[in-house]
Amino acid sequence: MNIVVCVKQVPDTWAEKKLSATDKTVDRESVDGVMNELDEYAVEEALRIKEASGGEVTVLTMGPDKSVETIRKALSMGADKAVHLVDAGLHGSDALATSYALAKALGTIEHDLVILGVESTDARMSVVPAMLAERLGAAQLTFARKVEVGDGTVKIERLTDTGYDVVEAPTPAVISVVEKINEPRYPSFKGIMAAKKKPLTTLTLADAGIEADKVGLGGSATTVADVAARPPKQAGQIVKDEGDGGTKLAEFLASQKFV
Amino acid sequence: MAEVLVLVEHVDGAPKKVTLELLTLARSLGEPSAVFIGNGADNAKAKLAEYGAAKVYVAGDGDLDSYLVAPKAEVLAQIVGAVSPVAVLIPSTPEGKEVAGRLAVKLDSGVITDAVGVDDGFVARQSIFGGAFNVSSSVNRGTPIITVRPNSTAPEPAPAAGAEEQVSVTLSDAAKKAKVLDRITEKKGGRPELTEAAIVVSGGRGLGEGSNFALIEKLADSLGAAVGASRAATDAGWYPHTNQVGQTGKTVSPQLYMAIGISGAIQHRAGMQTSKTIVAVNKDPEAPIFELVDFGVVGDLFNVVPQLTEEIEKRHSS
Ligand SMILES: Cc1cc2nc3c(=O)[nH]c(=O)nc-3n(C[C@H](O)[C@H](O)[C@H](O)COP(=O)(O)OP(=O)(O)OC[C@H]3O[C@@H](n4cnc5c(N)ncnc54)[C@H](O)[C@@H]3O)c2cc1C
Ligand SMILES: Nc1ncnc2c1ncn2[C@@H]1O[C@H](COP(=O)(O)O)[C@@H](O)[C@H]1O
Repeated sequence: MNIVVCVKQVPDTWAEKKLSATDKTVDRESVDGVMNELDEYAVEEALRIKEASGGEVTVLTMGPDKSVETIRKALSMGADKAVHLVDAGLHGSDALATSYALAKALGTIEHDLVILGVESTDARMSVVPAMLAERLGAAQLTFARKVEVGDGTVKIERLTDTGYDVVEAPTPAVISVVEKINEPRYPSFKGIMAAKKKPLTTLTLADAGIEADKVGLGGSATTVADVAARPPKQAGQIVKDEGDGGTKLAEFLASQKFV
Repeated sequence: MAEVLVLVEHVDGAPKKVTLELLTLARSLGEPSAVFIGNGADNAKAKLAEYGAAKVYVAGDGDLDSYLVAPKAEVLAQIVGAVSPVAVLIPSTPEGKEVAGRLAVKLDSGVITDAVGVDDGFVARQSIFGGAFNVSSSVNRGTPIITVRPNSTAPEPAPAAGAEEQVSVTLSDAAKKAKVLDRITEKKGGRPELTEAAIVVSGGRGLGEGSNFALIEKLADSLGAAVGASRAATDAGWYPHTNQVGQTGKTVSPQLYMAIGISGAIQHRAGMQTSKTIVAVNKDPEAPIFELVDFGVVGDLFNVVPQLTEEIEKRHSS
């Protein structure tokens, strides 16, 4: 099985996020970037499948120069090679444009499986995996908490509202994983050293055959009209339990008509 | 009048509350048409008409129930092609968002997810970065596809014709690749559904062990609330993962959210921060959850919660 893992560099979850004043995109320069947490589980799952059944794991990232940090991390965890789609023309791409660009880049990499995180912590849309499956005409196996690879087929347990569905499909397939699926490994010192020598291909729009007017702010089908920092929440009332904490809370609930 | 499609989310035909919310919202934007996919449409039609569906498109033939997201997007694309609606509204659930994403690709239309409101001109309001920013955005190409969070609109009846129109679908091979072999239900019954409930009571690691979730359930039942849990609690096996609230669990936006023995990690906040009123019980005064609360009690939950439940029951019976 040859596997491509899509990883995204996102602003550190704990950092205070900012939006650029000029074009209302996420300001990726002013805060530290990290690998999207959920993509670590995607990398781990790809490595486990490779360790069990062979093949190669390629990391694919679309993002500014800085995203190389995230690529390095995936390589030091054990991925074999990486493709970095980087071009000024991509800045401001929405989900429609991102899925188009990723699909084009995937066209340059031989693969049986594409594995993604279920959601990016910045965009939080949870749509790129389904959109990629649609674009590639590949089976969609998303929200997986368990993946079993067979001979030319893949079976997953898909988390649902009420439990899980067992879903099976032939390869090629697009998989997204939830955080219940595994425990991502930490890069070892050896892994970090080895990562420096692993092949990294950089693709521009032209290299991937991406039409410039279908990506970036101009090619996106959604426009952010207005952004407002939410007014700071009024500090709530906090009481220390002196044996009457439950009663006080009940009084508050009653004052708000919940009781 | 301009037609607005609303994808019906249902359980064996019974429309979920979010569907009625979306029909109500659609009425402020145009004339709602419900799109019902799967089996059980006969159970749904009256309710959909009651909440304002002028038309009900029904795609029930074939083995649609054996597949997941892809066929739903195909059915919607087919209807959009035939009737050119001014927008498509879809419940912002994990599956709803995926359907929206695939539909957007098919139509080359913009998609906006997790809207908490939709105004004139299909301007969608969202709350991002855990509520730190309010954003309004719109679709500039194709048919606006907007997924709307449960609890964003109060459902109000407004009877309409609900004229049924059968839609016959021929699924592409691509849509039939991922096949459902089995559906497993793990959920505990009896309480309101987490994403739809007006009140959610959640428990975390502070409960110490699974059996102590009985305290949370008792409090929830005294308020007619749904039960949620932090990831620490679901990972420990204290409560089913279907009840996890947070980034990788469910996003809830109830009138009242109660966090009991939960520290308020950023991934937990991501799933509850837009709740209208937030209260917490935690013995650590420094717990980050207190930054969000309207009312907080610093204390031992094993003392506070039983007293609270008793007090609520007393007030209800007097
Ligand atoms: C990729 C990823 C995804 C995640 N997704 C989610 C998610 O969807 N949802 C989620 O919840 N978390 C998620 N997490 C985990 C999150 O980071 C926290 O670890 C988790 O929310 C902690 O749960 P907790 O608050 O119950 O436990 P803790 O952080 O251990 O907090 C327990 C709290 O209980 C209090 N306490 C203890 N005893 C008592 C007592 N007797 N009385 C009163 N208070 C008491 C303590 O003071 C403490 O504040 C995710 C993490 C990652 C990495
Ligand atoms: N720019 C990107 N480069 C690589 N992968 C991405 C990118 N954007 C999104 N993804 C993948 O798609 C998943 C879901 O993202 P989203 O739909 O934005 O929540 C992420 O977890 C990543 O695996």
